[in-house]
Amino acid sequence: MELDPLMLSRIQFAFVVCFHTIFPVFTIGLASYIALLHGLFFKTQNPAWDRLAAFWTRVFAVVFAMGVVSGIVMSFQFGTNWSNFSLAASNFIGPVLSYEVVTAFFLEAAFLGVLLFGRGKVPEGVHLFAAIMVAVGTFISAFWILSANSWMHTPAGVELIDNRFHVTSWSAAIFNPSFPYRFTHMAVASFITGGFVVAGVSAWFLLRGRDVPANRRALSMCLWLLMVLTPAQAVIGDYHGLNTLEHQPTKVAAMEGHWETSGSVPLLLFAIPDQQAQENRFAIGIPHLASIILTHSLDGEIPGISEVAPEEQPPVALVFWSFRVMVGIGLIMIAVSFAGLVLRRRGRIFESELFLKTLVGMISLPFLAVLAGWIVTESGRAPWLVYGMMTHAEGLTPSLTGPVALFSLIGYVLVYAVVFYSGIYYLTRVVRNGMLPARAQAETDQDADRPKRPLSAAHTPFDDDVEPVRS
Amino acid sequence: MEMFDLSIIWAGIIGFGVIMYVLMDGFDLGIGILFPFAPDEDSRDVMMNSVAPIWDGNETWLVLGGAGLLGAFPLVYSVFLPALYIGVFLMLAGLIFRGIAFEFRFKSRRNRHWWNRAFCYGSAVAAFAQGAVVGAYIQGFPVENFVYVGGAFDWLTPFSVLTGLGLMAGYALLGATWLILKTEGHIQAWAYKITPMLLGAVLVVFAIISLWTPFIDNLVWERWFGNLKIIWIFPVLALLCAYAVFRSVQKRREGIPFVATIGIYVFTYLGLIVSKWPVIVPPNYTLWDAASAPESQLFLLIGVLFVIPVVLTYTAWTYWVFRGKVRIGEGYH
Ligand code: HDD
Ligand code: HEM
Ligand code: HEM
Repeated sequence: MELDPLMLSRIQFAFVVCFHTIFPVFTIGLASYIALLHGLFFKTQNPAWDRLAAFWTRVFAVVFAMGVVSGIVMSFQFGTNWSNFSLAASNFIGPVLSYEVVTAFFLEAAFLGVLLFGRGKVPEGVHLFAAIMVAVGTFISAFWILSANSWMHTPAGVELIDNRFHVTSWSAAIFNPSFPYRFTHMAVASFITGGFVVAGVSAWFLLRGRDVPANRRALSMCLWLLMVLTPAQAVIGDYHGLNTLEHQPTKVAAMEGHWETSGSVPLLLFAIPDQQAQENRFAIGIPHLASIILTHSLDGEIPGISEVAPEEQPPVALVFWSFRVMVGIGLIMIAVSFAGLVLRRRGRIFESELFLKTLVGMISLPFLAVLAGWIVTESGRAPWLVYGMMTHAEGLTPSLTGPVALFSLIGYVLVYAVVFYSGIYYLTRVVRNGMLPARAQAETDQDADRPKRPLSAAHTPFDDDVEPVRS
Repeated sequence: MEMFDLSIIWAGIIGFGVIMYVLMDGFDLGIGILFPFAPDEDSRDVMMNSVAPIWDGNETWLVLGGAGLLGAFPLVYSVFLPALYIGVFLMLAGLIFRGIAFEFRFKSRRNRHWWNRAFCYGSAVAAFAQGAVVGAYIQGFPVENFVYVGGAFDWLTPFSVLTGLGLMAGYALLGATWLILKTEGHIQAWAYKITPMLLGAVLVVFAIISLWTPFIDNLVWERWFGNLKIIWIFPVLALLCAYAVFRSVQKRREGIPFVATIGIYVFTYLGLIVSKWPVIVPPNYTLWDAASAPESQLFLLIGVLFVIPVVLTYTAWTYWVFRGKVRIGEGYH
């Protein structure tokens, strides 16, 4: 078998970026939550908020550190595997990606240390301020990275001269047409992720009767938040899709599994898209619904996949099914949030064991939805790397050979397997350890007299045999 | 943008970033390389403690450099990374392993020997890969029409293996002199003992590289044996620093060995820059060929000029907080 460096590079990129994104999507939401907890404590002086903040900050420390480790690899991926793209797009991508790194560093340098290690050492107001700045920083970071990514989907503000993109308008390039939608959708996705993780972990503690008052508060808060955000996400997603229909019609056609341009398009619930035959097998759908959603009319015309030649089509089945996974999870989330509202009205939200168990089970779903969403977005753009301007093949590193690409792919998978395993293993230990009793918390604060690294803020031993204390 | 040449400013920033990285991550990578040779497990604790609070700040400079290159000199980025594909992968894998070892070693006991290994191999591989990058840079890259056209193993030559081993020795030297500064008792005694040996190894490699380099690159030959006599000042100063390391170790001084080792690095580095200037992607492309559009350089410059002082202040502050000796069983977990 011929090893195709293009395919392998795509798999490698998809792997490292999916791996990376799991962490930021959680830290972005969690950072805001921690800032909120600090704010509540500052205002009410209720120690429950403070203990919650301390606990989630420890979790944040671990996740953040994993985000950094996997992010460092990302910044080299563009050069190693996509060097033609890097060179061609450097005038725009270069500064924008650098700004992401620069923001992250600035944040780390100035505020992260205070947030992680400042408890009991800096005044509460300063601590709150640091928490807010860290939260804001994660958004600025996401702003830049998503701008770069959106620009690749809907390039604007540049002209292509001699194989190099030159920026003609920074504002048009940064705020390119798909950026506002993608940023909002992703920001809400992070909040939803944070919300479901916190809700799930609180439910887990409640099932075990640990720290009941604090965890009740946390759970109740998250459910209100999710109540608003999960439906909002569906609406934002809808607008996002309409925007995509305008700029990348083939991607939308692939999401809908819609091959031939036509009107009154059904919304397919199930189908096996067959790229070879350019049609669906076993299609089951709701008549007219796709037309209604996308064009707001019963028989609105939607361009089909076959508008472009088969070589220029994205992998339809992948896009089609990933989209259904994301939307399906979105609907489940809405259902769970509403169930919470109903239970709340009956006053049984903390008693229903089934509901609490469901919440625990929900912890992994937002991550799946986020990954599925990115797969829709990214593979739906194929074969374009910069939409309409540069293909994956053109962007690939010319000197890269199949075996070398395979070597690095396997290498990254192995390295990340170790990192991920120890990281997740450790994270579960931190979570199981739970909130510290007030005295132990004071001791750890004391202990943490000088360190600076994110993970050290977690204060949980790695092995069982170290010491059973919660510090 | 006639007023000042942004490419030169950026060359200055990147050049500064590189030497900051080499010096700062250098000594903590060196600690990793020396790890298996440490007298006992207690000294390993101390060694790791001596760099634990600062190593990740040190690595900031690597990422800043990588991102800055893409923004300011994309050609460097798009030639070096493909050419050094495997080296870059090994370096990243090494850095990741030692990164997590820092975090988890103190938090485990049963698994500690695994984290010891991750720390040592990770550091050694990263150091070797970086040294090989320097070697590959001196050799130059086959580039046509702004695209790297060589193979994946072109960088791996006897010369780059030598520079790789050389940098390992060099980092170990930085690590050993750092330990002289930061420890006491039997650990410090051990560091005093190994420093002259490491210095010897570095000098041998240094001499071979200096003799070899002019034969690889005509430009370098002309710089050294043409009319630019002033360039000889750098190796002379580097040798003086080496002598200072040697003498100060004999006299059991604590601070000078580390500072003088830094001097060796700085002067060697300056010598290398002057021999290649203004070529940035050897053998053919200058920094102006490699530059991105001036607007892009300017756009990024604004952010970087704002951040570098912050990073420097933060770095200085951290080193200040963690000043003084590290003792057995103390402090940091
Ligand atoms: C929506 C958010 C998002 C997305 C799509 C990405 N990142 Fe990221 N990244 C973050 C959000 C983020 C963050 C939340 O800002 C992190 C997590 C931990 C941190 O330090 O910042 C981060 C860290 C982080 C770091 C380490 C910074 C440090 O050491 O502090 C690098 C180098 C990158 N990222 C690079 C990338 C690249 C090249 C990406 C795409 C291909 C990418 N990230 C996707
Ligand atoms: C953080 C969330 C992201 C996720 C989960 C993600 C996911 C993916 C996936 C799954 C692919 C593979 C598509 C395919 O080949 O079928 C891909 C491709 C790609 N993405 Fe993203 N992406 C993310 C963000 C970004 C960003 C921010 C950029 C650029 C600034 C980017 C640039 C690319 C490039 C260059 C490719 C082409 C290589 C390829 O097709 O595999 N991605 N991404
Ligand atoms: C419930 C209804 C939802 C709809 C209608 C929807 C719609 C969409 C659409 C159309 C895209 C592709 C945009 C493009 O590539 O041009 C997308 C991408 C994405 N979705 Fe959703 N979505 C929904 C729910 C969710 C949920 C619940 C999450 C996660 C918690 C999520 C996370 C994402 C992510 C991370 C992306 C990729 C980034 C982007 O392009 O914005 N989505 N979504």
